[in-house]
Amino acid sequence: MTRARTNARLHATLATLAVLLLPRPQALHAEDDAAARNSGTFSSGYRFVEMSGEELYVNVCRGCHMADAMGATGAGGYPSLTSDRNLEAAGYAIDLVLYGRRAMPSFANMMSDDQIAAVVNYLRTHFGNDYHDAVTPQEVHAVRR
Amino acid sequence: MQDGPLTLRRRDLLSLIGAVAGSAAMYQAMTALGFAAESRYRGPIRLEGDPRGISVLVLGAGLAGMTAALELRKAGYSVQILEFNDRAGGRNWSLRGGDSFVELGGFKQTCDFADGLYLNPGPWRIPYHHRALLDYCKRLNVALEPFIQLNHNAYLHASRAFGGMPQRIRAVKADFQGEISELLAKATSQGKLDETLSKQDQEILLQALRSWGALDGDYRYSAGLISSGYRGYAKPPGGGLAAVPLPSNPVGLSDILNSGLWRYLRNFAEYNFQTTMFQPVGGMDMIGKAFAKEVGDLIHYNAKVTEIVQDDRGVTVTYSDAKNSKSTLQASADWCVCTIPLSILSQLKINVGAAKKAAIDAVPYAGAVKIGLQFKRRFWEEDDAIYGGISYTDLPIRQIGYPNSGYNRTGRAVLLGAYLFDGANAYEFTAMPPDERVAGAVEFGAAIHPQYRREFENGIAVAWHRVPFTLGCSGDWTHEARAQHYDNLCRIDGRIVLAGEHASALPAWQEGAILSSLDAITRLHERVMKT
Repeated sequence: MTRARTNARLHATLATLAVLLLPRPQALHAEDDAAARNSGTFSSGYRFVEMSGEELYVNVCRGCHMADAMGATGAGGYPSLTSDRNLEAAGYAIDLVLYGRRAMPSFANMMSDDQIAAVVNYLRTHFGNDYHDAVTPQEVHAVRR
Repeated sequence: MQDGPLTLRRRDLLSLIGAVAGSAAMYQAMTALGFAAESRYRGPIRLEGDPRGISVLVLGAGLAGMTAALELRKAGYSVQILEFNDRAGGRNWSLRGGDSFVELGGFKQTCDFADGLYLNPGPWRIPYHHRALLDYCKRLNVALEPFIQLNHNAYLHASRAFGGMPQRIRAVKADFQGEISELLAKATSQGKLDETLSKQDQEILLQALRSWGALDGDYRYSAGLISSGYRGYAKPPGGGLAAVPLPSNPVGLSDILNSGLWRYLRNFAEYNFQTTMFQPVGGMDMIGKAFAKEVGDLIHYNAKVTEIVQDDRGVTVTYSDAKNSKSTLQASADWCVCTIPLSILSQLKINVGAAKKAAIDAVPYAGAVKIGLQFKRRFWEEDDAIYGGISYTDLPIRQIGYPNSGYNRTGRAVLLGAYLFDGANAYEFTAMPPDERVAGAVEFGAAIHPQYRREFENGIAVAWHRVPFTLGCSGDWTHEARAQHYDNLCRIDGRIVLAGEHASALPAWQEGAILSSLDAITRLHERVMKT
């Protein structure tokens, strides 16, 4: 029997979860923005199934860089990606998503070339970033070591 | 066969050594022959010599830092510890009713668990071969109880197999083992193993397969009381009239193969998860608290380290009060044991050699999420006869961990409603606000235990990438990074040595933190005694 495992998506009925009437934790800043809620997509394996840049940002990057891309600070921090001059060079962003650096994990084995191109393009055109020279999956592929 | 009169068998050799030289020598010999090597731990550390007047600054009051502080002070050093949190323990941590936790991004959760209930957001189990950690538990009077890794009556669940119905681990294990045994018995009977095994060995193998796989007299794994004695009964044996058991029906091999449930069986086979496993009575943080009882007087809490500078005379660490970032304070010592997670240390100013700095920068931190859920009653015990252990699922919650204490009690209890380690789901749950994580755990968990919907009361969710004092769960070494950087990470650099699970071959385990710390202070002490 064939099972479509790789492309299987688990759509949680998160919209219906509101009926559970959970007390909302206090958000001290940003983030309790309904628009930024998880799209209801969950991956079934090690790799991500989200394909659009926005969905990848909201379901993955947001974990550390936050809904407003402002990052966060504790004993160490996650950098803000807003109006980020580092993003001008697309290759820098591709390399960082592929191979990570310091606290930033590597996504080389969790995202395809298409997904990395999508999320890099999303970042470079949102949060005060205005770089419209879109990168292609081929460019991502060329950076893979 | 091999055991001719002139061949000294290993067993004979060992008993000879034991008789002549005593059991300690026999233990050494057994280790040399590849037996009994359960741990690198060789008992309480002995730091000989007189280091009085020499000071060590320890960064981080987790298990690595507090182990170093405890042993160095005992050896005669003057020790102080800087700790970012307002408590000791680090990732050795438990959340109870009344505790609150603010994660990165600002979401504050207050734990509403009833008295005596807790979640261990970090480590939650201790393998029997983690002998250093067990020894510290013994020395510090931390009471332990069994942690149930394999409960035959817990579930394996595949959302697209068996109509979404969870299957008992016992039945999956028995059926998989039985059907593989039947296949192998068939191959043996058909002469397909003639080139591999002697006739005599084949005879023994058939007997073994019957015993191991619950095969019937025809070497088949069939519905009946033999297989039911392994997989469970349709009607178990009773008393009085109509007491005889009724057999259950095995699930076919193809169904098990296609369900993917076989992939969970390794969780009961791997060295790290073999019985006996332990947990501290009352919560994992009992260990951190016991350490803090010993070294708490050395700890400066709320100390956020910003810079580590060494010269040939000592180390100076700049820090601020984590609750008042404008303050700038300094602490100095002759030497420094730094247990700050690399995710944070890589962002700090530190003057170490280029190879060491490259190693510090080379290790990203894994994502992990744990969600504790409180229910009005122990329905998993009362309705489903699951006492402790873990159910595994392919749903995004991945695991449900049942409490391994308080069995058979009435009233509220907390279970682990999700445990995601690495992989896509860990990131997806981290990216959700805490209340969504809890709601998601309830929603997905209800597919396995429909009682969730009626019995759920409250929950708390910890996503380790959002934990301010670690920015992740544990050092996520690749083989390549380890080959290139690990030794450089562990080497003493001037007057600084690193310790923690990230400087061990036991990543994410508390034992790794302690063994790393003991190794680091042993080398540090040798260096001190030479200078």
